[in-house]
Formats: sequence, structure tokens, C-alpha cells
Amino acid sequence: MHNPQLNAHGELTHLLSIDGLPREVLTHILDTASNFLEVSDRDVKKVPLLRGKSVFNLFFENSTRTRTTFEIAAKRLSADVINLDVSRSSTAKGETLLDTIDNLVAMHADMFVVRHAASGAPYLIADHLRRVGRDDVHVVNAGDGRHAHPTQGLLDMYTIRHYKKDFTNLTVAVVGDILHSRVARSDIHALTTLGAAEVRAVAPKTLLPTAVEKMGVRVCLNLAEGIKDCDVIIMLRLQNERMNGTLLPSAGEYSRCYGLTPEILALAKPDAIVMHPGPMNRGVEIDSEVADGPQAVILPQVTFGIAVRMAVMSIVAGN
Amino acid sequence: MPLTDLPDAEAQCAELAELIRPKLSPDTALVGIHSGGVWIARRLRELLGLSDEIGLIDVSFYRDDFGEKGLHPQIKPTSIPFDVEGRALILVDDVLYTGRTTRAAINELFDYGRPASIQLAVLADRGGRELPICAEFCTWQVDLDADEELVLEADASAHLQWRLARHA
Repeated sequence: MHNPQLNAHGELTHLLSIDGLPREVLTHILDTASNFLEVSDRDVKKVPLLRGKSVFNLFFENSTRTRTTFEIAAKRLSADVINLDVSRSSTAKGETLLDTIDNLVAMHADMFVVRHAASGAPYLIADHLRRVGRDDVHVVNAGDGRHAHPTQGLLDMYTIRHYKKDFTNLTVAVVGDILHSRVARSDIHALTTLGAAEVRAVAPKTLLPTAVEKMGVRVCLNLAEGIKDCDVIIMLRLQNERMNGTLLPSAGEYSRCYGLTPEILALAKPDAIVMHPGPMNRGVEIDSEVADGPQAVILPQVTFGIAVRMAVMSIVAGN
Repeated sequence: MPLTDLPDAEAQCAELAELIRPKLSPDTALVGIHSGGVWIARRLRELLGLSDEIGLIDVSFYRDDFGEKGLHPQIKPTSIPFDVEGRALILVDDVLYTGRTTRAAINELFDYGRPASIQLAVLADRGGRELPICAEFCTWQVDLDADEELVLEADASAHLQWRLARHA
């Protein structure tokens, strides 16, 4: 099957989704990222790889952390970064997505970092670029609808590998609003591709996508059961803005049943790590005592995220 | 060319150390370019009795052929475990050819600070320079055909030896 992310030689030219990428591609990105980590500790926090290239941050949906870390990553690669607040500009005046892209290509864009509320928007852009013969312009998905957030998935894998070295013996729990979460989907695809022993989807039934078992996860409706003997716990944000009232009785009720407290965390392995993609709702899905505790690796995730995004951008730009 | 015609790389390391020894200063630090240069720099540090750890450099992020070839698939970490500011650096590589790797390594070193000087030490100089670069310390001048490549290898007991590869 044709994979729109790969060129004729099987090399990554766009990063659209982790689903469908071979294990070697994921491992190569993680290995490359480990070499970029050190760049941020230098006197001059820059390498000249993307000097003279223009990276356009196209965020059709709000984001601070992801946009900022992509911007930092591109700047540490010496690229010129242009941030477009698209939601407040031409789109508001009625321009279509692909017209916006054509205009930016006419401004000699070399790479688009795209966040969009519609699942598949980055695919549409990559496909359009191919059809207009601009395979030299690259697309990196920074989150599309409920579908995928591949760089978050990769930085989560980097974090897990950093602390646990190997995936094959790991039990990983993904906890919370899996239904609305593109992070959960990317994490689950990455974990199964990298060979994690067991991946658990822990959530109330109303926050699980239909047929989630087909992604290779074990469903746990009970938090204690889902956390028991885990090596890694990935907490998801309760996406209040995407709730439509009938999914949960209240945030308080959710917190009582699915909030990660020190007592629940004690059921996991003693050296289990706790991750969260941010932004956190303290006191809802995660207790402050856990979020600020010794097992949390939430801030290292952010640091690793820059190195992972540098790796992704330099790999796609070179292919 | 049969293997027996190639010189002993370990003996060349000892020879290179003796070339460097009279020029050593208290500020001298060695930086090896992955992979061969790192092996040689380790030998030199031991032979010269230097106390500072050696620096390791991978020039993949500074190469001038990124536009044509993309990112090198196997990158090793760059690690400069000392402050380069004001140091007398000796950059160590196995083979000097076009000079482009040396250029990339010099640029990378300057992103860590401003060294007092940088000199180049290599086991082999095969000519074919494309940049104004020369080695202060070199043990072997060799003429090779364009399709030939000198490869420095470490065997299981970490003994260094040359291999001559021929490309189609």
C-alpha cells in the first residue's frame, strides 16, 4: 500500500501519523533525537542543518507548548520560522486551506508544521503538494483533530526509552479521555510498533473509541485494575472543551473514579514513571502530589520534545 | 593492492604521537572525528599522557552535502568534555581527503567557544583537496584512485588496521 509519508526509497518525507510507519523509521528518529539533545547544552544552541530554509508554523487550532517547541526546534536547526495565526487571518476571510498553502509555497516555504481541528488536514496538504509537483516541500503534523499527534507520540516514546531502555517487557497504561485524544492514538500505535508487552486503555466506556481493542490494547474500565503493576502511566487531559454533556456526569465524578492519586499510583511498579502531554488539569485527572512527585517525568518530556522535533524536521527535510 | 602492502596503523599512531609531542602545550586538548579519528585520539591521549578527556565530534549536522544527501543515517553523539575557550585543539582524523569533513568539524568546534588554535593530525593524507586545508601532523602520504577508499577498522581486540575498499 502506498504510504504518503514515505518516498520511493521508503524514506520519511512527511510526518503525518505513526500508524503505518515501520519500527526502523521510529527507532531512527529516536536515535537521531538523542544526538540533538546535546545541542541545547552548547554555548551556541544551534546547528546549521536547515540554514536558509523557511519553516511555516500553521496553527489552525490553539497551542502554546507544541507551537513553541516546534519554533525552538526549527531555530536550533538554523531555519527561519514564520508563525501564522491562521485562525485569525485569511481563513477567517474565507480563503480555503489549499489556497493558503499555494500562497505560502509561492513565498518559498520549505516546510509546514500543521495543526488543524479536522482529522486528515495534513494529509490533504501533503497530497496537494504531490499533485502540484512540489514534493520538495515537507509537512509535519502537529496534531489533527482526534486523529494523530505523531511528534508527541515520538517524544513520549523517547521519554519511555530514556527511563526504561527497552520496550519489550513494558506494561503501559494510557489513562483518560482516549476518545478525543490524538495523543493516545499516536502513543498506542507507537507502543505496539515498538513492541511493548502490554498496552492498556484505561477509561470509562463513554471515553473509549468504538473497537479500540483492534488497536492492540487491553481495555480496563477500572483505574486500579489498569494501573496495577504498570511500568509506565500516560495520563491524558480531560478535554472539557470537547465534552458534550452526556459523556460524563461531572469533572468531580471523573476525578473520583479516574484521577491519579498517590494511593492509586502505589499499585503500579515502584519504579513506574508518570507522563502527561500537558496542559494538566491538576486535581482532575492528576493529583498535584503525583504531578510534582518523584515518579513524574512531565518536564523531561518537554525537553525531549525539542530534540525529537529537531530530529523529525532534519530527517524529512533531508529526504 | 593486497593487505600486506598497507602500513601498520598502530605503528602510525605511535609515530603521530612523536610528531605531536614536541609541539604540546599545557593547553593542548584532542578532539577525534567519529569513528576512526576517535580511536586514534584515544591512542594519542594515552601515548602523550594527557590528563583531559578527548572530545568526540560527529560532523553530520555541519556537512555541506545535506542538501544532496540528507541526514547521515548513523549519527554518533558529539561530546566536548572541556571548555574549548582559549584551548590549543588538535583535531584528529584517520584520512584527510577533500577537507570538507575538517571544515565541518572546525565550524562545529566554534559553536562551543573560541579556541586559541586548531591543528589537524591525520594518519593518512590521500591528496584531492577541495578546500584550503592541510594537516600539521601526518604520517603517510598516499596516492589512491578516485574509486578507492581507505577504511580504518578496529578488530575484536580493538587493534587498528587499514583496509582498502573499492567502489563501483
